[in-house]
Amino acid sequence: MPKPIAATNDFVVKFANVNGSGSASANGLFAKAILRMGVPVGARNIFPSNIQGLPTWYEVRVSEAGWLGRRGGVDLMVAMNPQTWDADVKGIEPGGYILYDSSKPLPASKFRDDITLIGAPLTELIAAEFINPRERQLFKNICYIGVIAHLLGIEPDLVKQLLTDEFKGKDKLIQPNFKAFELGRAYTENNIAPIGLKLRRADKVGDRIFVEGNEAAGLGAVYGGATFCAWYPITPSTSLAEGFEKHCRALRKDGEGKSRYAIVQAEDEIASIGMVMGAGWAGSRAFTCTSGPGISLMNEFVGFSYYAEVPAVIFDVQRGGPSTGMPTRTQQSDLLLAAYASHGDTKHPMLFPANPTECFEFGAQAFDLADFFQTTVFVMLDLDIGMQEWLTAPFKWDEKRRLNRGKVLSYEHLEQGVPFGRYRDVDGDAVPYRTYPGTHPSKGAYFTRGSSHDKDARYSERGEDYTEGMERLLRKWQTMKSHVPAPIRKNANKRTPDGVIYFGSTEPAMDEALAAFEARGVHLDALRVRAFPFQDEVFEFIRSHEQVFVVEQNRDAQLKSLLVNEGGVHPARLVSVLHYDGTPITARFIVRDIADKLKAGQAAAAPEKVK
Amino acid sequence: MTYLAKPPLHHPSLEKNALGFTRRDYEGRISTLCAGCGHDSISAAIIQACFEIDLAPHRLAKFSGIGCSSKTPDYFVSPAHGFNAVHGRMPSVLTGANIAAKDLIYLGVSGDGDSASIGLGQFAHAMRRGVNMTYIVENNGVYGLTKGQFSATSDKGSKAKKGAENKDSAIDLVMLALQLGASYVGRSFSGDKAQLVPLIKGALSHKGTAFIDVISPCVAFNNHVGSTKSFDYVRAHNEAVNRMDVITPRAPIRADYEPGELKEVRQHDGSILRFRKLEDDYDPSRRNAALAYLGRKAMAGEIVTGLLYVDPDAHDLHDALNTVETPLNKLTDADLVPPVSALEKINAGLR
Repeated sequence: MPKPIAATNDFVVKFANVNGSGSASANGLFAKAILRMGVPVGARNIFPSNIQGLPTWYEVRVSEAGWLGRRGGVDLMVAMNPQTWDADVKGIEPGGYILYDSSKPLPASKFRDDITLIGAPLTELIAAEFINPRERQLFKNICYIGVIAHLLGIEPDLVKQLLTDEFKGKDKLIQPNFKAFELGRAYTENNIAPIGLKLRRADKVGDRIFVEGNEAAGLGAVYGGATFCAWYPITPSTSLAEGFEKHCRALRKDGEGKSRYAIVQAEDEIASIGMVMGAGWAGSRAFTCTSGPGISLMNEFVGFSYYAEVPAVIFDVQRGGPSTGMPTRTQQSDLLLAAYASHGDTKHPMLFPANPTECFEFGAQAFDLADFFQTTVFVMLDLDIGMQEWLTAPFKWDEKRRLNRGKVLSYEHLEQGVPFGRYRDVDGDAVPYRTYPGTHPSKGAYFTRGSSHDKDARYSERGEDYTEGMERLLRKWQTMKSHVPAPIRKNANKRTPDGVIYFGSTEPAMDEALAAFEARGVHLDALRVRAFPFQDEVFEFIRSHEQVFVVEQNRDAQLKSLLVNEGGVHPARLVSVLHYDGTPITARFIVRDIADKLKAGQAAAAPEKVK
Repeated sequence: MTYLAKPPLHHPSLEKNALGFTRRDYEGRISTLCAGCGHDSISAAIIQACFEIDLAPHRLAKFSGIGCSSKTPDYFVSPAHGFNAVHGRMPSVLTGANIAAKDLIYLGVSGDGDSASIGLGQFAHAMRRGVNMTYIVENNGVYGLTKGQFSATSDKGSKAKKGAENKDSAIDLVMLALQLGASYVGRSFSGDKAQLVPLIKGALSHKGTAFIDVISPCVAFNNHVGSTKSFDYVRAHNEAVNRMDVITPRAPIRADYEPGELKEVRQHDGSILRFRKLEDDYDPSRRNAALAYLGRKAMAGEIVTGLLYVDPDAHDLHDALNTVETPLNKLTDADLVPPVSALEKINAGLR
């Protein structure tokens, strides 16, 4: 047997549970207790498209160094699901540990001989103290938290404080939870030998918060002045609408309890985006949240928004696959769909947040952009950012910031004789002026249509009117570049011909991979793209490197396609690193893939040097 | 002569309404529809209705989808903003605008293809939600712009211009609207302005979802023998259950109606709907009775017209959403953006 793994503040614990068994809150408690010890964690639910009965996992990466991406491998498996036992046992690193319920004996063939077995009779311990079957189920979860808290060295008072906070208002649940926790802890103290994995207080969390991206984006919409959400339930975007509603209920009621917001659950995604269009047209900031299948349905309206210039915000929380695909797995595979949504010549801005802090910031900024540019703005989250809780920088807002409503002519403007032509480029930035309905008794009315129109919004089938409008839209696209979030560049310690471009939820894994490369003496300049249209500096970055890896979580290299298509980049300059099995990309994967490609590239280049 | 602009001059003796507008102030661009199209009569009725209820033209917001009928909002009330949406999706766009700006009067114009085929889903859900609007379907039973295919409101057995017979059952939008919760439901005929204008006036004054199905024969593709949406057929089978006047809160009440059984309903905005019953056993305040009556008459091949149902105390979507009095599109930064202190509190709760 290999030496049992010994690690402090740097290991992976994975909980294997049955969906609907109430494990989520117990597992979340575990992650929060570690955070309270000042040790960063990256935590992920890996769950099925199901409410009850199917397997679900919760993976906690403990990393004092602060690496929040998924690591891969498991050091301590908390195996509570017989259905997945074999695979769970197999996934443990050599020298790792498994905690299991030893109330019923398991044959030796069910284990591995290179891992440490930790048996605790959880069912027996709980059955002796609790009678109600549901209680037995729930408290078994808290009981195993007691076991691992003792094994890893989590202070019991921290857990008790978290339990007290969680059950505030349902105080009679606090004592039974304490009891279940204590049953597990005391059993472990008396019966189980210490293990090599340890937690130790650190000071590495700082002022960071622990929150999921969807809730952050919903809160961003509140601060961004959104008054209307029309949506249709779809995993993994549902909690975004719920987040908006939760924060609106707290922050957007007047003195009489009336709402300064509206939320409508529409009959489908087409109606959702239609309502958003109507509200945006009438001067309210409106959004919908959905995932890839919803975007497919919304295409026609998105094209309408592009051509008739109606503001809208769509949060696309991307999931896996074409068709129904993998609803509960993550991918970055809607880029091409969103970028060029709808028939005819169209393109649409996209923002790529990498963490909940940016979900909040971009979630607010998207409304300024949509209002100013009078078009649909996509905010591209994914399941990994959206539905997982992340340790992230606290939300910030500048008290002096004002909502930028863009170019809207008021009653006073019209009354003073400011001329109005709906699609005229008055300021030379290709962004026209608009009016809200009902503004003025005799001036400023216009007719919005998706059919071809002239500068004054009159129906026109003249080719010149059409091309003039379409060319102005292209110029508007150019204006947009200086308004969307700029890319973030991280240079290697040494000058290097190699670069890497990535975006969105790849960031934590990429940060870790870059550090690993530096440690090996491999240098890569890195550029995180944060928006489409791409700024010139993105193409400048590509030009200034011999080869650029493009890391993305889809099969077809969609970001690369956009770079090639929009920037005239030679495809051979861009080397794809693609991860698309539905799990979040890991630093291990990036390092291995790029190292292989660098090696292959050197081998291929070598004979030429001989010549 | 659709290429000629209408002269903007008004005759000085034109009648003015309480706001000082003449009927001409409610007109739009010149129609590009076929000469004699029933839809133009409906546009004229809308103009007349807006004029008569003293609606400030810019307080109207006009919506439509795609098709001949959906072109018409360009042909009435030019001082109002208009929105020509994508095919079958007018109801959602109107709903969104209504949520944003509840201080306007909402009028959606659609066709039988736009509402009963591609847009049946949105039609149904708009009826359910109680959006405060007038929803007019200009129903000709045929796809006009694509030259004469049957629509979903074509009656089974009805014949196309080239002789093909429709084999599918017809969708009756009035029955659907009643069943799904519309709080004001009427049917009329584009050739009967005396009936149609008051119906539209009542609908525009109604709080809640008002639906009017207007049979509007297509002179180009559905006005032949064998069609059940032709002028001749509709005139022969039209059975009006009542005649109605709408008395706006400001208008003086004149007693110029003929003697007969009269019924008055006061709507939320103070307007009064005054009916003269033509059919003794018809009571427009009972939804289920209306459904049963319409079902019986449809079996007999009769087209029942008039105000078929009204709930004068209906609630609308904004009541359900409990929104503030100020329209959402007029809320300021101070109303919308929470203070930084609130964000700090949220941050603290997430540690």
